[in-house]
Amino acid sequence: MGRYAGKRIVQGIITVWFIATATFFAMHAVPGDPLSGEKAMTEQIQSNLKAKYGLDQPLMTQYAIYLANIARGDFGISFTQENRSVNDIIKEHFPVSATLGILAIFFAGLGGVLWGALTALYRNRLPDTIIMFLVILGISVPSFVIAALGQLSIVNLNDLTGISWLPIGGWGTVWHMIVPSLVLGLSTMAYLTRLMRSSMLEIVSADFVRTARSKGLPPTQIFTRHQLRNAILPVITVLGPSIAAITTGGFVVEIIFAIPGLGRYFVQAVQQLDYTVIMGTTVFYGGFLVIMVILVDLIYGLIDPRVRLE
Amino acid sequence: MAEAQPTEDAFARSAGRQLLLLGLAAVAFLIVLMLALQALASMVGSSNTSAQALDPATNTITIALREEPPQLNTTITTDAVSGIVLGHTMEGLLRMSMDDRLEPAIAHSWEVKPTHATFWLRDNARWSDGSPITAADFVFAWKTALDPANASQYAFLLFHIRNGEAINKGELPTSELGVRTPDPHTLIVELERPIAFFDKMVTFPTYLPVQEKFYLQTDGRFGADAEELLYSGPFNITSWVHGASLMLEKNPNYWDHERIRLDRINFGYITSDATATLNFFKDDKIAYTTLEAENLDNALENRWQIKREQDGTVFYIEFNHRDTRVTRNWNLRRAMQLSLDMDELVYKVTKKPGYIPGRSLFPGWLMGVNDYLRKEYPAPEQVIDFEAAQQHLELAKQELGVTEIPEIVLLTGDNPVSNIQSEWVQATLKKRLGLDIKIDKQIFKQRLAKMTTGEFDMVLAGWGPDYDDPLTFGDLFASWNLNNRGQYDSPEMDSYIRQAQNSVVPEERMAAFGAIQQLIYDDIVILPQYERGVTYVVHPELAGVKRRVIGSEVDFTNAYIVGGGD
Repeated sequence: MGRYAGKRIVQGIITVWFIATATFFAMHAVPGDPLSGEKAMTEQIQSNLKAKYGLDQPLMTQYAIYLANIARGDFGISFTQENRSVNDIIKEHFPVSATLGILAIFFAGLGGVLWGALTALYRNRLPDTIIMFLVILGISVPSFVIAALGQLSIVNLNDLTGISWLPIGGWGTVWHMIVPSLVLGLSTMAYLTRLMRSSMLEIVSADFVRTARSKGLPPTQIFTRHQLRNAILPVITVLGPSIAAITTGGFVVEIIFAIPGLGRYFVQAVQQLDYTVIMGTTVFYGGFLVIMVILVDLIYGLIDPRVRLE
Repeated sequence: MAEAQPTEDAFARSAGRQLLLLGLAAVAFLIVLMLALQALASMVGSSNTSAQALDPATNTITIALREEPPQLNTTITTDAVSGIVLGHTMEGLLRMSMDDRLEPAIAHSWEVKPTHATFWLRDNARWSDGSPITAADFVFAWKTALDPANASQYAFLLFHIRNGEAINKGELPTSELGVRTPDPHTLIVELERPIAFFDKMVTFPTYLPVQEKFYLQTDGRFGADAEELLYSGPFNITSWVHGASLMLEKNPNYWDHERIRLDRINFGYITSDATATLNFFKDDKIAYTTLEAENLDNALENRWQIKREQDGTVFYIEFNHRDTRVTRNWNLRRAMQLSLDMDELVYKVTKKPGYIPGRSLFPGWLMGVNDYLRKEYPAPEQVIDFEAAQQHLELAKQELGVTEIPEIVLLTGDNPVSNIQSEWVQATLKKRLGLDIKIDKQIFKQRLAKMTTGEFDMVLAGWGPDYDDPLTFGDLFASWNLNNRGQYDSPEMDSYIRQAQNSVVPEERMAAFGAIQQLIYDDIVILPQYERGVTYVVHPELAGVKRRVIGSEVDFTNAYIVGGGD
């Protein structure tokens, strides 16, 4: 186990280095100048700015400096938020995205497992049909539509009843989190529901379930210990990448609900060619994704002892 | 096998009950989780979002910002959102009144002479920490902005001050700046050349004061956070949660604090999504919002009082006048000028509220000698004539020595408005002149890069004013202007611009702008498309809100809640 974990961590570090390198060169290959603004600048001011951000150095030197800084955990100063360090931006805004993401993933995971089990149990009957229809909707409707609809329905609800049931945006209390995290987790929930359903249906006719039944085990035990526990494995597998996707993919939700998360900085930075923020957030998110995948692999081993980790 | 059915049902029932229990457990777990997150969230990034749009009890209004100010360092700031926040927290030598006239601010009186300008500062003007605002604070701010090490993009606005440009180029030390302070409350500015509108320039953020002692204390983080700023204006920022909110509270040390009737302005939401801000307005969470065309119907249904104005910006098709480009050919440009009907573009294609078809580089709100510039010097009428256009096109082909005009590249931004406009240009020129237009859609920075290197034949461009004088538009196509991305180069144009720059006689200057306007039409430097409009709604119980073309685009400093607070 220990050796396996060590190997995965080394692999992870190489992956992050690869992400950093690819991002660095792709970013510099994109046409456009991060320091340009709407109004033209004199050459003097341009060269002053370049010197300030170290862009006057040769590309390979810049690359070496970047790598050295990243290794020390210093992502530098933002180009657009001139007096803020990228570390501060990540430190201040990632907890918000993470909170939202954790809540969304719990909604998605718990919801997916429960709905999936339910639809399998009532296969081809009314609850199954209704839920599977909603699942198709949840998977195919993009999050910005769901987010806007979610917000609008609360506005209308508040408007009709004259009571402010839930805030429609902003951040601060747990009430602010409910709708955005539901919206954020919805498509993952839909996906997991489908996964759970097919996995359950496979298990129902498995030999060990039939054996358990013929042994005369009580139904509750068959259902939870034999069916649910085994059917949940594929769900756990996709949960890792989903966690990363949800925490990083929240920028639409963050903008619509005016949430101060990291996602919007990530997207804005790319649009504005804010080199340091692009590097910082990409490497950070890359590292985060790698850690999540490793964690899921380890958890997988704990749940299913048949998986040989060596 | 006969018993199989009931057993199956019993199993499903039992499993269903089990599932229900699990579901309840999950809900309970989520509630616990959310309580835990609540505790966590109270430690990070919370915004002041509990308030309603107007709160008469605390005399507070809540507003949304479309972006977060990158920072509020007045010596380097360039963006409009920072302009809004600074417009409420800072005040310079002079300010613009509610009816857009210059009025005294930190300076109680002033005079502008051809060689110098003098400002007499108030004795009772104070920073938010209670220390007096002196002439030295202005001098320090201007020297900082001009210091090459500071790399301020708006330093050029200070080039009117003697030696300003040389200092910014690093040719002279900042100590050589042409400013004198005979006593703490008198500021004498020596001018590089006579300038008719220097008093209007000093309302710009780059001219705002900065206290040296405070600036040095912040150790390079000046303007990055609420506590890294000292305020000279009506409000202090008491909390700035990055990405979430800014809370402004009335500044008791502000010399003119009796004028201010609101106690707090809560910039409680930051989102660039227009529909989201509309929802906030609908839900009575914010007291003001601009509207996009697609939300207008919605706003009308709600019977809100919708206001529309121009935001001061002019949009146009800029031609590339470099030798290597076909658009250098006058007859080709003339053929396009005679074919593109900007009324059709504005009223039938974009259909945006408040937009006015473009006729001139100079927007309608600019003042001339006694009246609007466009009244004193009317813009040339638009002529649409497809037959004449065809003739000019034939001439162009002859002059260029081609049977078909090669594909023309139209560079444009990647947003819905640019998309619809570029497609209209493409379709119209194809239909009327048989020209092939290739649309080159680029995001902002890339479009800018291509404009600078000249990789275009035509580009959809726009220009917003920096200061309240026609020259802010008028010098755009000077051969030496770096913003002249099509590199239009004409001695005639340059001489008119010099005349407008160097004269202090209003009649002469306005005549020069009139001539520039005519030359732009005759020589088809650009094709003006439209003056951009802005549509907005204000809470019915909020009065005194002012939209501005220059400075803070929306101004709440004179606002008050009707029948409440005060």
